[in-house]
Order: sequence, then C-alpha cells, then structure tokens
Amino acid sequence: MAFMSRLSRLSVALAGLFCSAFVLADSTMMEAIPPFNMTQGVTSISQEAYWLHMAVFWITVGIGLVVFGVMFWSMIFHRRSPDRQPATFDDNKALEITWTVAAFLILVVMAWPATMTMLKIGDTSDSDLTIEARGYQWKWQYKYLDEDRNAQVSFFSNLATPAGEIENRQTKGEYYLLEVDEMLVIPTHRKVRFLVTSNDVIHAFWVPDFGIKSDAIPGYINERWVRVEQPGIYRGQCTELCGRNHGFMPIVVRAVEAAEYDQWYAQKLAQQKEIDALSQQEWTAEQLFSLGEEVYVKHCLVCHQANGQGVPPAFPSLVGTEMVLTDKEGHIDIVYNGKAGTAMQAFGVQLNPVDLAAVIHYERHAWGNDSGDVTTPLDILKFAQKQ
Amino acid sequence: MAEATASTHIEHSGPDAGITRWLYTTNHKDIGTLYLWFSFLMFLFGGVLALVVRAELFQPGLQFIEPQLFNQMTTMHGLIMVFGAIMPAFVGFANWLIPMMVGAPDMALPRMNNLSFWILPFAFAMLASTFLMPGGAPDFGWTFYAPLSTTYAPDSVTFFILAIHLMGASSIMGSINIIATILNMRTPGMKLMDMPLFVWSWLITAYLLIAVMPVLAGVVTMMLFDIHFGTSFFNAAGGGDPVLFQHVFWFFGHPEVYIMILPAFGIVSHVIPAFSRKPLFGYSSMVYAMAAIAIMSMVVWAHHMFTVGMPTVAQLIFMYLTMLIAVPTGVKVFNWISTMWRGSITYETPMMFAIAFIILFTLGGFTGIMLAIAPADYQYHDTYFVVAHFHYVLVAGALFGIFSGIYYWFPKWSGKMYNEGLAKLHFWLSFIGFNLTFFVQHFSGLAGMPRRIPDYALQFADFNMISSIGAYLFGFSQLLFLFILVSAIRSGKPATQEVWDNAEGLEWTVPTPAPYHTFETPPEFKSRRAH
Repeated sequence: MAFMSRLSRLSVALAGLFCSAFVLADSTMMEAIPPFNMTQGVTSISQEAYWLHMAVFWITVGIGLVVFGVMFWSMIFHRRSPDRQPATFDDNKALEITWTVAAFLILVVMAWPATMTMLKIGDTSDSDLTIEARGYQWKWQYKYLDEDRNAQVSFFSNLATPAGEIENRQTKGEYYLLEVDEMLVIPTHRKVRFLVTSNDVIHAFWVPDFGIKSDAIPGYINERWVRVEQPGIYRGQCTELCGRNHGFMPIVVRAVEAAEYDQWYAQKLAQQKEIDALSQQEWTAEQLFSLGEEVYVKHCLVCHQANGQGVPPAFPSLVGTEMVLTDKEGHIDIVYNGKAGTAMQAFGVQLNPVDLAAVIHYERHAWGNDSGDVTTPLDILKFAQKQ
Repeated sequence: MAEATASTHIEHSGPDAGITRWLYTTNHKDIGTLYLWFSFLMFLFGGVLALVVRAELFQPGLQFIEPQLFNQMTTMHGLIMVFGAIMPAFVGFANWLIPMMVGAPDMALPRMNNLSFWILPFAFAMLASTFLMPGGAPDFGWTFYAPLSTTYAPDSVTFFILAIHLMGASSIMGSINIIATILNMRTPGMKLMDMPLFVWSWLITAYLLIAVMPVLAGVVTMMLFDIHFGTSFFNAAGGGDPVLFQHVFWFFGHPEVYIMILPAFGIVSHVIPAFSRKPLFGYSSMVYAMAAIAIMSMVVWAHHMFTVGMPTVAQLIFMYLTMLIAVPTGVKVFNWISTMWRGSITYETPMMFAIAFIILFTLGGFTGIMLAIAPADYQYHDTYFVVAHFHYVLVAGALFGIFSGIYYWFPKWSGKMYNEGLAKLHFWLSFIGFNLTFFVQHFSGLAGMPRRIPDYALQFADFNMISSIGAYLFGFSQLLFLFILVSAIRSGKPATQEVWDNAEGLEWTVPTPAPYHTFETPPEFKSRRAH
C-alpha cells in the first residue's frame, strides 16, 4: 500500500534528518529524502538569500552550542548532591554587560550583508521587459506591457491539476498542484521587472527559485525584478490566504533563451489576433456548447460546481433559475461585470468574447436548462459597446 | 459593634454554597480558578480544531473537509488559542498569585474582576456559534486581513467583530485591575524593585494590553463600518488602503505576542531558582530586559509585512529594530542559565517544563532572528517555517510556561499533591509530541510549503505525515493532564506546608491549601536587596 511504503520511507527520512541536519545534503543516503532546505535558486537574489539564511543559521548554531553547552553542563554536574552546597551568587554586572554587548555585535555582523542584499532587491531600474502579474480569486493573469497596446500579450494561468487527482480518484501526477494550463514565459539573461497587483483580495506572487515574494494588493502595484541565467521551469504558489482556493493557484514560469522567447511572443500575439477575428464569425449552437463546457470547467466549476448547483448561499445554483431561462441580457451582464460584494468576478476583462458567449450559451442549455436561445460572440460585442 | 464585626467576619470567611459561589464571586482565588478552567476548556476546543486541520493534512489530496471549512478551522484555532486559551490562563495566574505575592487581601477592584471574567464565556459562545451560521465561521485567518475579511467575508464576520470587542473589554478591565492592585496594594516595605518577577511581568504586560487592545478595537470597528456603513477604510476602490489594515492590526498584533510570553517569563523566573536552590541571577537586569522588550515590541510591527511593498528604507529600519529585540531576550536566557549554574538542581515536573521552555523558546528565538533578516524573510514569509517559529514560542514558550506554573503552584492552591510519575509522563509525551509536530515544519517551510493551504504538492507529504502523527500524540496527552489535575483534586495526597523545599515568596508563607482569604492584615516584608 502506498500509505505503508510512505510510513517506512518516513522513518528513514526522520532518522536521516535528525542525524545529519543540513550537513549531508548531497550524500547518496539523502536521495530518498524530500527537499528540506531553502532552494539556492537561479537568480543572484535567491542565491544571496540562501547565503544569508545559511550564514545566520550557522551563527545561531554556534550560539546554541555555547548556550546549551553551558546549560547541559549545569544540568548534569550541578544536580543536587549531598556533598555540595548550592552557590549563593545572584549578580555579576561585568558578565551582564559583556553578553549584552556581545549579542549586539553579533547582530551588527548579520545586519550588514542583509542590508546590501535589500538595496539590491529594491533596485528595479533599467529593466529590459515588464510583466504585470495580477492575482484573481483563484488564478493569475500575466500581461506583457508594451507601449504599443496592439503588441501586448495577455493571458490567464489556471491550475491544471484535474479534480480527480485532488479528490483522490486518480493517481496524483509529479507536479500535483504545481501545474498550470498556460505558463508564464520569460527570457533568460534579461532583467525582467514584475508589477504585482490584484483584482480582488490580497494574494502573493512567489517563485522560490527567484528569491522574490511580493504581495498582490488591490490598489497597489509592487515592483520586483529577476534575471534568470538558466533556462528551465520554475514553480511557486500563492502565499497569502485569499479565500477558498488559496491552495490551488500555482505560479509556473518557463525561462527560455531570448530567441525562443521572441518566437513564442510573436506566435502568442498572432493567436490573440486570430481570436479577435473569430469573434466576428458565425457560430453554431453545438460549437458554442462544446467550447462553453471547456470554459466552464476552467473558470466557473470551482464555485458553481460540475452539476451547476453551486454551494448556496455563497455560490448560487445555475439550474432552472429565472436568469438562465429567460433573462439573457441580465445573464451576460452578471458574467461580464460580476456582482459587487460577492465572489462573482467580472469575466469581461478575463475572457475573450468567444469564450464568454460560449460559456453563457452552455449555462443556458446544460443540466436540463432550456432557454431556447443562442448566445453569440456578436451579442457580447454589442453588450460591451453599450457599456 | 465588636459582635457585629465578628459575625460579619464569619459570614464572609468562606465561599457561598452552590453555583452562586462562581456567578457572584469577587474572590480573587475563585476568579483565578474560573479563568484557568475556562482557558483549559478553550485549549481543548482549539486543540480539536487543530486536530481536524492535521487530519486533513495527513496526506495530499482532500479527504475530510472542503477548503472553505479548512479555512474556518485554521482561523478559529488561532483565535481561540490566542484569545481563549493562552491569555485567560495568564489572567488566571495573575488573579491567584498577584495578591498572594504582594501581600494583599484581594484584587483592588473585585467586582470588576467578576465582570471581566464573566464576559468571556459570552464572547466565546458568540464566536463559536458562527460555526452554525449560514456561510460558516470566520475563514479569513486569525490575522483577518482586509479585504478578505470585509468585502469578501461570510456574514458571521459581524459576530466575530462583536466577540473581539467583548474580549478586548474584558482584557482592558483585567489589566486595569492588575495595575491598580500592584501599584496600590503591596504590603508595606515592598518597593517596586522588591516585587517577585511574576508580578513585574504582569505589570508590564498589563500596560501593553492597555496600550494595544484599543487599537484592536479600532481596527475591527473600521471593518464594521466598511461592511455595514459604506465607508472605505480598507477598500482601494473607494479610496481606502488594504495595507493600512495590516499596519493597524500588527501595531496591536506584535505587542500581543509579547503579552502572551512575558507572564511565562515571569513564571519560569520563579521555577528555575526554586529547583536550582539558588536565588535568581540578575534580578534587575531581568526587570529591565522585560521593560525593554515591551517598549521595543511596539516599534517592530512591520516585520510581519516585509512583502507588502514598503520602501526599502522602512524595511531596513524595521529589520534593525527587530534584530535588536534579540538582545534583551538573549539576556533573559543567559540569566536563567546563570541561575542554574552551580545550583543544586532537581528535576520535578515544574522544572522539566521550565527547562524545556528555555531550550525550545530559544530555538524559536533563533528562527526569529532568521525571520528578521528581510531578504531571507522573502523566502520564509507565509510558509510553514513561520508556523514552526511561532508554535515554538507560543506552545513551547507560553503553554509550557503555563504547565510549569500549574504544577508548581497547584499544590499550594489546592492543598493536594499531583501524581509526580504521571506528570513526568505528561511532560515527555508533550515534549516529544510537540517536537514531532513542529520541528519538521521548519523543513517543509524551507522547502516552500505555504501556510493555510488544505492540500499540498507531493514533496511535502512525508513532513506533513510526521507532523500530523505528532499533533495527535500531543493533543491526546493533554487528556492525561486533565486526569492528573482531577485525580489530584479528588484523591491526591495532602501537600506539605512548604510544598517545595526552596520555594520563596509570600505566597508560600500562607497555610496549605491557601485559605479563602489571605493577608487580611499586611504581612511583614523584608527586602532581600540592598537599596
């Protein structure tokens, strides 16, 4: 059983950890043991953070050895014994002053390099490229800012782990909860500036290998920067409690060589223009329904559930209500603009008109709903123009 | 006249019979007992919530509870442990001990004392009742960051706000009472610098409470206005500022963590000398260190907020100030160890808990220094490393301090000796269970596991399993503590007059068990210290 094998692996892990702590990190015995120390990461900031972490760790180990050494000496050799009277001293000014000053000096030694790294983190000037990372309940939007608005790429990045794995109906994959439908792509060897903000509650943008963490706060734009030297895929998670699915909004970044990045960007831009064109084309009800189901699973399912019945009162049911049966204009409005004061977001800014039309059409025909109408991308565009 | 005085005296010499003894009591010992039992009840309640959390985290995937309920569990666990378990337990100690330690007949304001206790059951009944409301209990973390706790909160948030107000009122009344007692009712001849350290620790703590509880009341009132009266203190879309919430909250929240540890410092400073058979080392530097910690605790709040995007200079200042707190804290640890040095040490249960307190609290202090280093904090912030850190200082710190104090003074209070063998077992189960639970959380945090998530990536699975096993061991061993206390009260051996052979202080001069009224005339007091 998986459970038993994990238990036996546990005992090995535990024994290893307590004996070898941080020292034997690369010996062969440790292969069975999961990562247990801060990553060194792939940016100069993450490497400096790691260095500081280890330096302060070893300093505290040194202090601990002295302090606990004295304490255990006392605990062992100053136990009550019939042939020895306890001492009676209760003060020593010189000693008090010595350890106060010593503690202070040790702290100064730690503060100096930490200050240097802080100044470096704060310097976001001269970046080659700026990406806005915007938190939503519960996904990230990445926008590649460019002076030419027509050359801006923007997309959403959602958790890609299937519900079956989370609910233990399927075997969990290697990157369980750390995989997305569309990765953030950045070029290596370039200074990338992140502008981090949020659309609803506070989230936090964190990729451990980059050594940066920034809260994403509505009404604030926080700046961070990275320069990644090594191509690869780097995974992180939202780290500020942001509601129900806080544990399910990972951040996955793919760092690629500059040439590959430029190619990816051009392709992405072309795709975006294609979607614009699609909005104007004719759609059949069947096409809309099947596309709508995909969009629903990606964006609506966590709250309104697979059966459309939601989790009232926080997440209302979509089955047989007046809105989905008769009020098409109202339905478009609530999906497009959201509902203030609730978890219902404004999807008008998140989804393209094709996806919006499809998902609304889907909701109006799934689970026995029968509104008898068709919602097309053109309806969405008309609605948007009236706004 | 003489007769009347005598009969009045007899009437009031013992407790009332029945339930009214507890409802109407103005006796500091009764109220202390109420506080302590109440806090133990809340400790078990908060503990059960934690065990639900640990059950869900035993393996990856969602098994028992859905994420919304998980968030309610972590939130209520934090709120109940902080406001319902740790804080009232220390107030219980204050009620029992401060009058007995300063030679006063009772607290200065006995009726207010009754009120400040009886508010609490109502406040916590209201808080707990939110579990039954549509939309569920508060689910935004015990730090309740806006706008998750305002615009996006469940309806029960209003009940949470009122409960916080009531708890704050209770704390402020308790603090006023403690300050009034300490400053006005010391036996003649006892100068401030003659006071036992537990009394000092509470004098400082009470001032901290009066300074910051109104700030907490302010921040929840601003939330109330945002939610119900259309203001936008914390709503960016209305011109408000979500970060303001965090500044105001942590201006309360950081002193709050010292409110939960200073009285434990006080307790340990009594236990260590008693079982080392040697006077406390560096009394005056201990007092100054506590005062320094309290003052500095009010200027370091933003170290909880390094990632919110403050200017670099502000972050550096908060980093330096935070590191500086390590100095007085270190001084206290050095002093305790110097007290043990060349003493004549025995290891009864109070001493075991006190030694575990020093070791584990110091480990929590070390991780505290690491967390103060802002660039490294970017990596630690909101991971399990932080969870491990604050459980080392709050469970192994505050809670082990409470256990140590209970075992130490319980025989004098009740007149009964607890079973030493079982108490040792309670210690070892708690010590092992605690470390199993929280030591591994350092590793999962460093490896990158965020806190407050109901499900996690596979690389964290082993650590979480160990942690859950430890949590169940720790949790269930607290039932042993309950058994030890109840069986001691019902059938324990009578305690001796002095209880411990080197315990010092006025509280040990009264008969065993401590009579209902003590020090109706001020006791003689001789200062041990030269002035």
